[in-house]
Amino acid sequence: MGKEIFRKYGIPVPDGYVVESASGVKKFDKPVVIKSQILLGGRGKSGGIKFAKSQADLDSGVKELLGSKIRNLTVSKVLVEEMLDIKKEIYVSIALNRAERVPMVIASSSGGVEIESVPEDKIFKTLVDPLIGYSDYIGREATNFLKLEPAIAAQFRSILSNLYRVFEKEDCELVEINPLVITGSGKLIAADAKVVMDSDSMFRHKEINIVDTEKTPLELEAQGKGYSFVELDGNIGVIANGAGLTMATLDALTLHKGKPRNFLDLGGTDNVDTVVNAFELVMKADPKAILVNIFGGVTKCDTVANGIVAAKDRLKISKPIVVRLSGVHEDEGRAILKNDGIEAFSTMLPAIERVAQIAGGN
Amino acid sequence: MSVLVDKNTRVIVQGITGHQGSFHAGEMIKFGTKVVAGVSPGKGGSKFQDLDVYDTVAEAMKLSPDATMISVPAPYVKDAAFEAIDHGIKIVYILTEHVPFHDTMEIVHQARRKGITLIGPNGPGITSPFLCKIGIMPNQIFKEGDVAVASRSGTLTYEIVEAITRNGFGESTVIGLGGDPVVGLTFIDVLKMFEEDERTKKIVLVGEIGGNNEERAAEYIKKHVSKKVVAYITGRSAPPGKRMGHAGAIIEKGVGTAESKIKAFNSAGVKVADYPWDIPGLLR
Repeated sequence: MGKEIFRKYGIPVPDGYVVESASGVKKFDKPVVIKSQILLGGRGKSGGIKFAKSQADLDSGVKELLGSKIRNLTVSKVLVEEMLDIKKEIYVSIALNRAERVPMVIASSSGGVEIESVPEDKIFKTLVDPLIGYSDYIGREATNFLKLEPAIAAQFRSILSNLYRVFEKEDCELVEINPLVITGSGKLIAADAKVVMDSDSMFRHKEINIVDTEKTPLELEAQGKGYSFVELDGNIGVIANGAGLTMATLDALTLHKGKPRNFLDLGGTDNVDTVVNAFELVMKADPKAILVNIFGGVTKCDTVANGIVAAKDRLKISKPIVVRLSGVHEDEGRAILKNDGIEAFSTMLPAIERVAQIAGGN
Repeated sequence: MSVLVDKNTRVIVQGITGHQGSFHAGEMIKFGTKVVAGVSPGKGGSKFQDLDVYDTVAEAMKLSPDATMISVPAPYVKDAAFEAIDHGIKIVYILTEHVPFHDTMEIVHQARRKGITLIGPNGPGITSPFLCKIGIMPNQIFKEGDVAVASRSGTLTYEIVEAITRNGFGESTVIGLGGDPVVGLTFIDVLKMFEEDERTKKIVLVGEIGGNNEERAAEYIKKHVSKKVVAYITGRSAPPGKRMGHAGAIIEKGVGTAESKIKAFNSAGVKVADYPWDIPGLLR
């Protein structure tokens, strides 16, 4: 997918085609690389890449890769791509520099390896003013640093300028070419393309449908329902409000030898169903007990209490639920829960201790 | 004079007719904030309580606002922020979550060029009890005092402020920087203000995983801060590579871990609480 974007922006990529079944394989005319199309780094190590020097290699390679599994993901597409005549591999990327809050251009004459493993003095870095954008002098400084010969340098500058357009127009967090290959015949070609877009920008990129394969099925379901949700490997389901408070809840549980099963930020809500749906997600993760930690503000404690009671009833929850309510309408919330036989703590510590004790008892 | 805002600060609300905008404008007025007008494109001529609502910031400028709260949907935030910045409103606070960071980068740099303070996006705002509140922090957790708080979170800030208040302390100014990877203020920016502020005697920093804002703050504290600073860092149990709710709360390629931040603070003589409720004890 990264390479399609590159092609659109005039960045040279290897000739190739994507096939979804063995019948799509074209006639062999030059050595090729067959690459599994999954959105994951480290394909080579997982066996997702094959080389073919004949029609027989090509046919068998495609057959082997299609339908194979790489880290639990089934390969449904493979890319058949010309094998490049590699003379040298270099590196170029543009990424957000969080501290300076600007795009940063990074280039190095050491490509094909993780940039973190390259010594600092071998890396060109420069910050770009986001209001001004890319200027050609940045490319001249980069090629000067990399000591590229003139014909290669001109191609590099054109690629860098186009790469910046990708970064800007496609709302990217990161665009990376590693390696950028210098071929035997003196051409620069992007042998790999990493394009990471900002998920908050999707309202202006409606044509793109990103499936985040780093997420578990339950995390994707939660995302579809509008929750920030992360699966963890413990046994205590967690529902809290606010990302910071939810993280703090997981931290406190961990320090008390409790093992959180998930991160779920309820967000700011005054809707009983939002609470019930959160419980539904957490129950799917099959925890041993559930901790609800609410500091009421926009989210009112009585709404959450009504949500807990409704969730218990509608989802037939029999597992222990430990609740902490503090803030707006906490007394009302506590009364609602008491009526249903649930005690609600007013501070975090006893709630954490209680749930860690319940879940730890095996 | 407190930090950035005081009882004379005149505030407008962009997006005052929206669900969030109207609720929080009402709470700000209850707190004692001088809200002077609202702006909502297409709603000009209507009223919010006894305040006039205008179509444009240009019209609202006749009320001489010093600050604005922007509570509009994410796709419209950049335009609303540029509108406020270009009319020279000195403090621009953005409440909205999910603003594309490319937009925020441009807002940050435009604000910097014009000498304007940007607070947020995706944070709870600024509160100086009981002079002024711009944002969404709950009114009832505050007491006037000498502890300044700066935080990257919302609800966690309330948790800690409430603990500070319950333990007999009070707050001078509380600022939420915002949970996004790109925001207007850094910890260093607010440490400078807290160090100069006469009301502030002690400082609490509430950090989280992601980026190196805390590490840079620790270096700054070593050289430039004479007041007592304590901290809490959340996300120590977070797995690498996962975004923990906030867009900015992610450990990337080993950068932004809680251990690194805690170590940096400790080396600057800043005590780091294990739990949010331990903060008041560290202030003693």
